[in-house]
Amino acid sequence: MTVLVFVETEAGQVRQASRSAIAAATKLGEVHALVAGDVAASDAASAAAAKVPGVAKVLKAGADVLAHELAEPLSDLIVALAGDYTHLIAASSAVGKNVMPRVAALLDVQPVPDVMAIVDADTFIRPVYAGNALATVRSSDTKKVLTIRAASFDPAPAEGGAAPVEAVDVTVKDTTSRFVSAHTPASDRPELESARVIVSGGRGLQSAENFHKYLEPLADKLGAAIGASRVAVDSGYAPNDCQVGQTGKIVAPELYIAVGISGAIQHLAGMKDSKVIVAINKDPDAPILQVADYSLVGDLFEIVPELTAAL
Amino acid sequence: MKILVPVKRVVDYNIKVRVKSDGTGVETAGLKMSMNPFDEITVEEAVRLREKGAATEVIAVSIGVQQAQDTLRTALAMGADRAILVLSEESPEPLAVAKILKALVEREKPELVFLGKQAIDDDMNATGQMLAGLLGWPQGTFASKVELVDGRLEVAREIDGGTETVSLTLPAIVTADLRLNEPRYASLPNIMKAKKKPMETLQADDLGVDTTRRLTTVSVSEPPTRKAGVKLNSVAELVEKLRNEAKVI
Repeated sequence: MTVLVFVETEAGQVRQASRSAIAAATKLGEVHALVAGDVAASDAASAAAAKVPGVAKVLKAGADVLAHELAEPLSDLIVALAGDYTHLIAASSAVGKNVMPRVAALLDVQPVPDVMAIVDADTFIRPVYAGNALATVRSSDTKKVLTIRAASFDPAPAEGGAAPVEAVDVTVKDTTSRFVSAHTPASDRPELESARVIVSGGRGLQSAENFHKYLEPLADKLGAAIGASRVAVDSGYAPNDCQVGQTGKIVAPELYIAVGISGAIQHLAGMKDSKVIVAINKDPDAPILQVADYSLVGDLFEIVPELTAAL
Repeated sequence: MKILVPVKRVVDYNIKVRVKSDGTGVETAGLKMSMNPFDEITVEEAVRLREKGAATEVIAVSIGVQQAQDTLRTALAMGADRAILVLSEESPEPLAVAKILKALVEREKPELVFLGKQAIDDDMNATGQMLAGLLGWPQGTFASKVELVDGRLEVAREIDGGTETVSLTLPAIVTADLRLNEPRYASLPNIMKAKKKPMETLQADDLGVDTTRRLTTVSVSEPPTRKAGVKLNSVAELVEKLRNEAKVI
């Protein structure tokens, strides 16, 4: 079996979520990695993908129409390359979730999103109901279209391989969709999905000002990413891409510090696979305490600065 | 401009479901059912577009069992003009839903289909993208803002690390993320009025669509549970535990 993995790169490296997808794909067969972008970007991306151990071949698609990972041309490209591959795979990232279902529809396949475990070539485990149940599903489609939940597979290393790179002809066109602009503020912090430590804030912070004032120094001390509950995002304390939970990011860091987060099931769905969970909350009955390894019940406005100072 | 708004009846988002003891699925009998929260957002956005004069008609559609008509009544009470119920099995797969919706699009000729980005029961996050693929239409997924600009649709999308804006030709597919708007509550007079709005009922088979499932559920299990840990008394104790017991700092 040969498997095609659509790979995302950033700053000359394969994104960690894509390296988790590669790790999952190696359980199924020989892995070919597809990178796409404008010509310059595809050169850099293919060099990065070639270095990931486990990748047997890199397919490089370089053309202006592929510059912004728009779903319309990208799905046409993947379908054009689908050929004899048994599985078409991407990370469950914003791009993967946007593109892969469209690919599946074009191939008359029911996709299997958010794969957490691979049982065999046809059978996969995925979460449903915000992770409150795990469904084992068997696909009867000849070709499988999967997205991989990054937190469930240890990523392949970024370096160590030397796969050959093959340029592919790009004939796809797109006249329906146009990239206008992107707003992705630069940050020195690690990405949420690949961070070793996450400091996450909720309603208890009470304001955007407090959210920054109390969480950032703690995150700085720990080299942590900053996460947020849905309430904190809805209230404007934190940007949307910080949201951890069923409808936001799914994370599994070594250490997750939940500050002023009560622990709604939708939030727990996004972080309960963390190795160690710390809860700081004034409510001794908050559901977050039911999943936390260590909890401090009290005033976060006193506890957080004290913790920051003690580290 | 006509807008088609598919809505799904799901277990209410406040309810924590339990896995059936025989491992065949989750227990949904007797649970409170509601409109999928993302679909409330799309109904709201579609109704706002009509209120602004940008849309002429908002058609709500639901695919599922007879009781899905309650969900459609909610959409009508929020301001949708009419509703279509397509009777099928409970919670058909996104591929089947997308095929049924494609058949409805060919009949109703909307210029915009507005879907929630995911349903909170199967968490698939697929139907909108699949419908776009089947129709060959552009897609603006995970939308946090939607604007008509010179006959095109500008969609701000939630992406990893921020947002991006894409411009789409019409007709188009949009899927809504949480920040798009805050859905209104249906007022009592509007709930009464909704009872008189037209609702058509179709059978999935009448649309000539093959809805055979491609995924078989082998089993459903509870996720591993975490044990509640220890309540500590001081920051010093926490730092000591993280350093020496958990060894994570």
